[in-house]
Parts: sequence; C-alpha cells; structure tokens
Amino acid sequence: MAAPATISAPPNRGAQSFLKRLRGGDEVAHLIVLVFAAAVFIVTILLVWELWRTSQLSRHQFGLSFLWTSIWDPNSDIYGALPFIYGTIVTSTVALLIAVPLGVGAAIFLSEMAPPASSNVFTFLVELLAAVPSVIFGLLAIFTLVPLMRNVIGPALSKSFGFLPIFKGPSYGVGVLTAGLILAIMTFPYIISISREALLSVPREQREAALALGATKWEATWDAVVPWARLGILGSIFLSLARALGETMAVTMVIGNDPKIHASLLASGYTIAAVIANEFTEATGDLYLSSLIELGLVLFLITIVINGLARLLIVATTGPGTKK
Amino acid sequence: MRKIWIASLAALGLATFAGSAAAANLNAAGATFPAPIYQKWFEEFKNSHPSIQVNYQAIGSGGGIRQLTVGTVDFGASDMPMTHEQLSQFSKFKVLHFPTVLGGVVPTYNIRGVTQGLKFTPDALAGIYLGEITKWNDGRIAKENPGVRLPNADITVVHRSDGSGTTFVWTDYLSKISSQWKNKVGANTSVNWPVGLGSKGNDGVAGLVKQTPNSIGYVELIYAVQQKMGYGSMRNSAGAFVKADLETVTAAAAGAASNIPADFRVSITDAPGKNAYPIATFTWMLIPSKIQDASKRNDIKTFLKWMLTTGQKDCAALSYAPLPREVVAKELKQIDEIQ
Repeated sequence: MAAPATISAPPNRGAQSFLKRLRGGDEVAHLIVLVFAAAVFIVTILLVWELWRTSQLSRHQFGLSFLWTSIWDPNSDIYGALPFIYGTIVTSTVALLIAVPLGVGAAIFLSEMAPPASSNVFTFLVELLAAVPSVIFGLLAIFTLVPLMRNVIGPALSKSFGFLPIFKGPSYGVGVLTAGLILAIMTFPYIISISREALLSVPREQREAALALGATKWEATWDAVVPWARLGILGSIFLSLARALGETMAVTMVIGNDPKIHASLLASGYTIAAVIANEFTEATGDLYLSSLIELGLVLFLITIVINGLARLLIVATTGPGTKK
Repeated sequence: MRKIWIASLAALGLATFAGSAAAANLNAAGATFPAPIYQKWFEEFKNSHPSIQVNYQAIGSGGGIRQLTVGTVDFGASDMPMTHEQLSQFSKFKVLHFPTVLGGVVPTYNIRGVTQGLKFTPDALAGIYLGEITKWNDGRIAKENPGVRLPNADITVVHRSDGSGTTFVWTDYLSKISSQWKNKVGANTSVNWPVGLGSKGNDGVAGLVKQTPNSIGYVELIYAVQQKMGYGSMRNSAGAFVKADLETVTAAAAGAASNIPADFRVSITDAPGKNAYPIATFTWMLIPSKIQDASKRNDIKTFLKWMLTTGQKDCAALSYAPLPREVVAKELKQIDEIQ
C-alpha cells in the first residue's frame, strides 16, 4: 500500500533552517559569491571613508572654496583645486573629441566593412595596443609627440587658428593639447574593441531589414545597426573617459605640470592625478598632505558624477519600445 | 611530494630567521640626493663592522621626516633642515642634525647657437625665474656675456614638478638675493612658481631643457657632471663668477663654517669667500638625541664617527663634495649628545 502523498510545507526561510540548508552545495556557493560581491562594495566604502577621514584637515580649513580656489602654494599653505579640475576635464574632453569619432568609425569599419581576415588581424593589433602600459605611452609621447607638437602641429595651429583663444600663444611641445593627444591614443583601443563587440552583436535581421527596405550599405549601417549597438558604444566611451580621467604617468610627462589655468590648449596645465603623483612623497606638513588627499576625493567625486550622467544618458536615450 | 614541499619551506623559513638574527638592523629613510653615497657607506661600513646592517630607503626628505616622527625608522635624512614646526612635533627627544656631504645646484640651458659657458648674475637669474626677463638677449644677461651672440628668443623656464631638496636650495638662494622672490614665492621643497614648465626629477628637467630650444633649468651638480651637461657660472657674494665643482662647493661650506650654528641647521647659499659657489647646500642625517636601545645607540654613534672620518674619503669618487674639517670637528663633538 502506498503512503498517502503529502505536500511538504514551503521551506522556512528563518536563520536556523538556513544553517541547516548550508550543508547543501547550492547554499554554500550562494554565500561565497555573495561575499565576493560584498567585498567589492565594502572596498569602495572603505576607500571613500579613508579619503574623507584623511582629508579632514583641509576640508575644515578651506571648506567648499577648495573647489574654486586657483592658488596652489605649498610655501604659504594655500591650496585650491580649480586648476587641476580644469586640467583634468580639458585633457579628457580633448581626448574624447579625438578618440570617439576615430574609434567608433574604426569599429564600424572593422565590424561591417572590412573583410573578415583583415578585421581579425586589426582587432588583434588593437587589443595589443590596449594592453601597453601607460608609462610606455609617456615615453613615446616625450620622444615623438612632443617634438612633433613643438615643431609641426603647434606652429601650424598658431598660424591658421592663432586668432582663437584656444590656440593662442607659443607652443612648447608639452602642454594640454599634447596630453589630450596621448590620452586619445591610449583610449582609442578601448573604444574600438568594445564598440566592435557591440556592433557585432547586432542581429542580422536588423541589417537585412534595412537593406530590404532599399537602404544603401552605409544607410543600413548608420541608421539600423549603430543605433542598436548604442548602449555598448556609449559604454565604451565612458570606460575610456574613466581611464583618461585617472591617467597619471603619461600625462605628467607631457603636460608641463603648471598649476595655472590658461585658455590656450597649447599652454601647459596640470591634472589631479599628475599632481598627486608628483608631490605626494615629498609633501611635508599635514595641511599639504590633507589637500592632496582631498584632491583624490575630488577626482573620485568627478568620476561618480560622470558615471551618473552616463546612466542618465542611457536611461534618456532608451525610451519604451527600444532595446534595453 | 607534499612532504618535500613542507620540508623545503621550513628550511627556507629557518634560513631567513638565521640570516636576520646575525646582523643588527638599523632602519633609515629620507633624501634621494645623497642616496648613492649613503648606500656605498652602509655597504662599506658593514664590511668593517659585519654585525651592523643599515637599511636605507630613498623615499624623499619629506618622507624621511615623516617616518622619523611616527617612529618607523631609527634615523632619517633630509636635504632641507627641519623647520621649527617639524621639530616641535617631537616631544620625547630632540632631533640632532648631522651634515654628511655637500651638494650644489647649477643652471643649465639650451640656447641655439651658444656653446660657451654663460655668466649669470643673481639679479638675472631671479629675473628669469620671476618671469620678468623674457628674452635671452635682455641687457641684464647680455651685459655679463659680451662675446656671446644671444638670440632674440623667448626664455622657456623649466623647474621641478616634484618636491625636492634641489628646489629648496635653488629657491633659498633666490630668496636671499631677491627680496621680490622672497615676498612673492619664498623657499621650500615645492613652491608656487611664477612661470615655467615642471618636470619630474633631475632627469626630467635635464631632458626637457635638452629638448626645448632656448630653455633654462636647474639640476644637481653631480647629475650635470655625470651626464656631461653644460652649465653656467654664478656670481658669488664676493663678486667673482664661479663655476660649480667639488672645490668651489667645499669652499662655500668652509666660508660658512665659522658662523655655523650649534645645531647645524644652516643654509650656506650665497656664502662668503672668493672661491665659494653661491648655490650650495649641506645634506643632513637626522638622529634622535635619545635612543632607548643601547646597542642601536652604540651602532649609530660608531657609524657617525666612521662616516665623519673614513667615510668622507669616498665622496670625491662619487662626485660629492666632502665636509670641511672645521665642520667635521664640531660634528664629532655633537655625537656625544646622543644619549
């Protein structure tokens, strides 16, 4: 005689029963990966807390005016972040303005138009470029880009566009534009490789539908394929922006390390990462150290703001009915 | 297999313990400028005193002072004498300054068509670094260099972007000879430069000057000598134009030796003396006046005595200027203050 079938009660999600179920492999695995994920979260919190705590001296001393003071004087102990914020944002903007059209264009070429064999070779080379350490780029910049800038590009820009405030003044070779150029070279591989992946993941039906409706090859690419991969391309742009904002060694070798705000791109400047790398080890004096750490906090906040804007941009451009 | 692993790990562990137990370890950190000769000294000292091993980290003068304040090192080293505020951080003991070697800072330049050595007056140098003298053929520079064809070109000024004792000596000299510099900028390891491009390290400045036409920068004398760079001569307080080398730098210290304060915290820029190079400096070892551990105390005292007598002989080979005899005599007396 079969025992009557019973329906067991729903599992009790209390703590005791959790520990009992822990003996099962599933729960253990769940816990382990939860701990790993939490570790990332905890490290971020600890980082922000440590930055906040050690910059206390300068935060109390300068308050919010730290963000718009443009004097950096270790001798009189007066510190302001404005020249560094300006330099960081301008170099990253220049880098993006150059790298995004080039990168996205190259990605479109590699995914849509290049024959598969050469596309693979190019992609391999691009990914190799992405793995080069930044100090090597700095050396490359010093020995090739700086003389090029000083002897060729700078004078050419001064001659043709010297009336514009952004190209006024002499070109020393080192400067904000050179830093922007080397950052563009460094972020270019990221944009290409990630955008190419995004473009390759667009379903064939999109392309075929556009072609079937009578679009030319370029119209099909630009109007049907690229908008579909928009999220991936935007993601690659913000990833490379994050790299450009934090880039230290290559920038400090070619930016001229001058904590002043000049309107001209040909003049020298300074970025947050560069000043911390240069001055941290020899910073005597607690206020000096604290101000450098506060600069680090400011950079962190800039990164958060930009990533927040990125999220907003993605939400804004993906309305209902489009691919999320 | 596993047993072999464990056995070899244990053997390795024992070996490291055994190795470290033999030598008494002194930890020191600080200035990068004298790091080469300090490393040579610590090595040579170990040959004659095998039980004493000094571990020196060249993390910069600021780092050395900070580590001494928090107590992670037994003694420090700095290119800049400690200020009153820094000294007041020490409540348990005083920090004794022991000058070890001398260094100099030289003006190096790259001017199209100029291969001779240029002569700079203090006013010319201050004017260039303040941004007031903007062209190479300015009268204030041309006056002292009559035979030289200076171009009508903008001067590109280069300075250090990282904090450094070299900057301290340079700005200390400029503060002494120019009241405008003193009020506007001042002297420190890192300052708010009125004009100029920054580059990291002696090599950064030298590289940028070499690359940029019509530029001027400052580097350590030793660095210029080792890299075979051309540099200018400076007019000293006696009115003579002196080019920096080991002799003229030692002469600067000897000139200041008679007025040296008891705690050796002195600046010897613009020193008196006909042959004195005006942009010279001591570099110091910072030793606590009270050391609890008796063996460490004896080790440090033995090292200081050795450094002031035998060690000074190594200076010339590495292009450092040795201390003048009067200063050495005074320092040997200060060793007794270490309790």
